[in-house]
Amino acid sequence: MPRYYTEEHEWIDVDGDVATVGITDFAQGQLGDIVFVEVPDTGAELAKGGDAAVVESVKAASDVYAPVDGVVTEGNGQLEEDPALVNSDPEGEGWFFRMTLADKSQLDGLMNAAAYKQFCDGL
Amino acid sequence: MSETEEMGEEMAIATLPLDAWHRAKGARMVEFAGYHMPIQYEGIIAEHLWTRESAGLFDVSHMGQLVLSGEGVAEALETLVPGDISALKPGRMRYSLLLAEDGGILDDLMITNSGHSLYMVVNGAVKWDDIAHLREHLPDAVDMNLLDEQALLALQGPKAVEVLTALGIRPESGDIVPVDRLVFMQAGPYLWGAVRLGISRSGYTGEDGFEISVSAEHVAALADALCANDAVRPIGLGARDSLRLEAGLPLYGHDLDPATDPVEGDLGFAISKRRREEANFPGAARILGHLADGAPRKRVGLTVEGKLPVREGARLFDGNREVGIVTSGGFAPSVGAPIAMGYVPRDHAAPGTALAAEVRGKRVPVAVAAMPFVPHRYVRKMGA
Repeated sequence: MPRYYTEEHEWIDVDGDVATVGITDFAQGQLGDIVFVEVPDTGAELAKGGDAAVVESVKAASDVYAPVDGVVTEGNGQLEEDPALVNSDPEGEGWFFRMTLADKSQLDGLMNAAAYKQFCDGL
Repeated sequence: MSETEEMGEEMAIATLPLDAWHRAKGARMVEFAGYHMPIQYEGIIAEHLWTRESAGLFDVSHMGQLVLSGEGVAEALETLVPGDISALKPGRMRYSLLLAEDGGILDDLMITNSGHSLYMVVNGAVKWDDIAHLREHLPDAVDMNLLDEQALLALQGPKAVEVLTALGIRPESGDIVPVDRLVFMQAGPYLWGAVRLGISRSGYTGEDGFEISVSAEHVAALADALCANDAVRPIGLGARDSLRLEAGLPLYGHDLDPATDPVEGDLGFAISKRRREEANFPGAARILGHLADGAPRKRVGLTVEGKLPVREGARLFDGNREVGIVTSGGFAPSVGAPIAMGYVPRDHAAPGTALAAEVRGKRVPVAVAAMPFVPHRYVRKMGA
């Protein structure tokens, strides 16, 4: 299952026509303690680059953008009870939402793990 | 992902004496009040809770340390603040407010009678404005010095007193009490070896603790000596903010500003009895009117239902009517929930009043709450 990364520090796991989206370990480290996550409602139509979710650390609220176009199929309900999952397991249990992939060609513009690591090293 | 609200980012700005020390301790640095400052080390929640249970070391060297001296300095300063400064005994300190002509708050500050002069600590973000205001309005007979070679540390938390005592700090003279015998809002000159320290029992967390003025030259050695004690960890600005919010203490520039007078800011205690009777401080007519009849609006605490943080700028509603605004807010680690403070009309200021805060278009139920959110643990009296 290929994993892609955005310059806004989201990761996208692609499994057929469905993608799982979360924020990267680098992102959670920058944000610090996560105290609240607002995931999109099932059925919400997302446009690449548009607002998709909000993650709140102790100090600030940050927007999470949709990495591609699609429709939300599921939000991670566990984050409501335990937002700190984003700190402890950002690229696993701490996923944000699942969505359909409306246009697979949009994945071409995203980074793979090696390119993303290089991108973070340059920040 | 991008931060929609941030405390600042690193730029070409001034550095403080402990800059390298913070970086070596793993601090994340941000811009605050024109300086590179540590926002956090291990994490805001852990640092916050550590301060409440043990002892946290804060670098607050960005704040302005001023010394006013000269004939009639207390009376002169009283023309600009509403506190009874003339009655302040040597070794005692008082919270006060620098007031504009109309009674609006230009800054909040600590004033200490150091025996031969007045020592003041003012907010870093407005220290240059304060200095200009003081110089413009104080007579030439009053000398004012900015102690820009002095660093300022705060050691806060229930173990602060035993940590400081273990350093072997001694009073500079026989008439000064040992440092562990200081009470809240008392100060004196001390020696750590040959290093002079100005120490007060005070702080901005609601905990027992001390603030320590030390020369920039010696501050790293002192910070190292304090952190050599396992009870002490360095604490960043992030936890400083959440600690003071839980303690119900306002932050200048957010909860207080020039459009707000002391009664609106719920700081009526800073207007001394004698000064009320004499009615001779800036904005006295407005402020005394508000004291007598109530101010049209008031700073209050707010508890928040649920987990969504309500932050500065959130509008407050009573039904469909907008009635106020949040001026500080966020997750409170010791409370375990979001809390906030803000301004509401006086008829909405009673504890328990139900309101709603607007966050990203949603209405979040909040209720007016008495402050502090976490009880103060100041040491106001010495046992035998």
